[in-house]
Amino acid sequence: MVDAAQPTIRPARARTTRSGLRKFLERKSTIAFFMALPLMLLIAIMVIYPAFYSVHLATLNKSMQRFVGFGNFMFLFKRETFWMVVQQSCFFAITAVIFKALIGFVVAHLVHNIPDKGQRKWRGMLLVPWVIPPAMSTLAWLWLFDPSYSAFNWILAHVGIGPIAWTGDAGWARFSVILVNIWAGAPFFLIMYLAALKSVPEQLYEAAAIDGANWWQRIWYVTLPMMRNIIAITTLFSLIVTFANFDIVRILTAGGPLDKTHLFATWAFRIGIEGNDIPLGASISLFMVPILAVAAVFILRDINKRGNEA
Amino acid sequence: MAEVTLRKVVKRYDDVEAVRGIDLDIPDHEFVVLVGPSGCGKSTTLRMIAGLEDISDGEIMIGGDVVNDVPPKDRDIAMVFQNYALYPHMTVAENMSFGLRLKHYPKAEIKQRVTEAARMLDITDLIDRKPKQLSGGQRQRVAMGRAIVRNPKVFLFDEPLSNLDAKLRVQMRIEIKKVHQKVRTTTVYVTHDQVEAMTLADRVVVMNRGRIEQIGPPNELYHRPATKFVAGFIGSPAMNFIPCRLEDSGGLLQIRVGETIALPVPPDRVARYREIPRDTGMLLGLRPEHLVDAQSNQGAAFRPFDATPDVIEPMGMETFVYFPLAGVQLCGRINPAIEAKAGAPLRLAVDLNHMHLLDEATGLVL
Repeated sequence: MVDAAQPTIRPARARTTRSGLRKFLERKSTIAFFMALPLMLLIAIMVIYPAFYSVHLATLNKSMQRFVGFGNFMFLFKRETFWMVVQQSCFFAITAVIFKALIGFVVAHLVHNIPDKGQRKWRGMLLVPWVIPPAMSTLAWLWLFDPSYSAFNWILAHVGIGPIAWTGDAGWARFSVILVNIWAGAPFFLIMYLAALKSVPEQLYEAAAIDGANWWQRIWYVTLPMMRNIIAITTLFSLIVTFANFDIVRILTAGGPLDKTHLFATWAFRIGIEGNDIPLGASISLFMVPILAVAAVFILRDINKRGNEA
Repeated sequence: MAEVTLRKVVKRYDDVEAVRGIDLDIPDHEFVVLVGPSGCGKSTTLRMIAGLEDISDGEIMIGGDVVNDVPPKDRDIAMVFQNYALYPHMTVAENMSFGLRLKHYPKAEIKQRVTEAARMLDITDLIDRKPKQLSGGQRQRVAMGRAIVRNPKVFLFDEPLSNLDAKLRVQMRIEIKKVHQKVRTTTVYVTHDQVEAMTLADRVVVMNRGRIEQIGPPNELYHRPATKFVAGFIGSPAMNFIPCRLEDSGGLLQIRVGETIALPVPPDRVARYREIPRDTGMLLGLRPEHLVDAQSNQGAAFRPFDATPDVIEPMGMETFVYFPLAGVQLCGRINPAIEAKAGAPLRLAVDLNHMHLLDEATGLVL
């Protein structure tokens, strides 16, 4: 800085390069970049590399010796099971997310209206399904669903409803995996919605009450618009997680009966790992990407639009 | 439009009484301000009128009907909140028309009412904006607009100017007064700011610890406070209270302040004070404008005395001087032309025609 005031030209040039580098290193954006670098490297190693590797795998033949281009995808398109898995995954994810969101919303309201003293207790209890490792809780459900000795069928038998093959019949098996998924996932919605509810200023409800809004109108005109972003984000997040669900289906039905409960992940596992055709398994799992990308674009666009409102 | 009546209204939270049985009659068209320090129950009272709080005991009537169990939406009231409480996802027009839309008013009438209110509040250009794009003052106008379009029986204001800066507050105060002069709706206004109370109210209700201390027009409260609390709360800087005693001296009634100062009771008050026992602990209440410089205030009513101010506050049109006397710190108001220096003696005069005498134990003005 002192240099600039001096009339000499030649030595100044050499110095500017050096001070230029120093300035570059001292710039806030540079420092920020270096601080974020470890995480970026981690993401590159753990996410980007595997993603590209699976794309690479999907273009190989079964023995992983030969490049086949889109051959695996073409093969999949011709298989009925594949289209059935597409349908099942969509049905499973959409139904489960809708019910998780609905139950989460209703229960969040109930918990929100409990006086503060008792609220912690209820919040803790209601979160239990979400914090138990799903593999463990699903085993318990498996036992509950057992056709001969289960608690469900025992209770139903008392009211004269004959034993239901919970995991043996295609329809009931789908119902069961969705039920368990809802049970395990609804607390996430509950806690997110409860946080969102608590952030809505009480005065808005009071203003609405004075403006003449009844209970339902207060939810429709105040609560829902105020929770819009949270609802969008949780729905997207849950859609992705539910779509890629593996453990519940794997343990409860293993995709059966007759592949009627397979999702992308379980079917990719069946074909890729158990069926020893890794490239085909990779191709199946890659199919989730475009479907979820479309959903993400739609939901996130809405958030950006309304982001600067509240 | 309607009158509002409170009969022995009580609000209890568990075992704490926030409002302890207040009676209040607000005639049609009147602008009443509830004022008091925080925790005095003024907001709770307003919220009970609004129906946002249950009434533990007593009766509230709006337009002659008991509304104790009527929900807020059926009381035909409009409320302006301290934080404005505008719906962030609605435009200004939608915010203002929300109540009318819920009641299924015809579209044309809604539009007409919103336009009219927007014109009155000078927010016509903002009608399509969202609250986030508005300044604090503009939001406050929208909140008022939302109340006006409803054309309710009663307006309720809950500290509506507290979130604005000082300059804007003065401006909005005038706006509120103008609006009331135009629409003449019965108004209950809550504030902790006695200046707002004095400037806006037809009648001021001073509250303290869940009770009403005094009700009256602003000037009456200022000149004839009933209690020490009201005397000290209304007016800024606050009234001075000086410990004193009554004594007889040569057939004259005197107020004895400390060892050195004895002030004769003005003749028109002698009858009022004569019966007070001479050993009762009293307080002499004097507003700063009645503790003045002796130089520019001479005459029979003024009794001069010497003081040594320790703080001088020049305000431009007046100068406040703070000085110790009889063990208390007092504030006087002198002519700004007079040279006053901290630490230098100053000749002051007390205007006894405007004095108040209070019973120290009961706090009542005698």
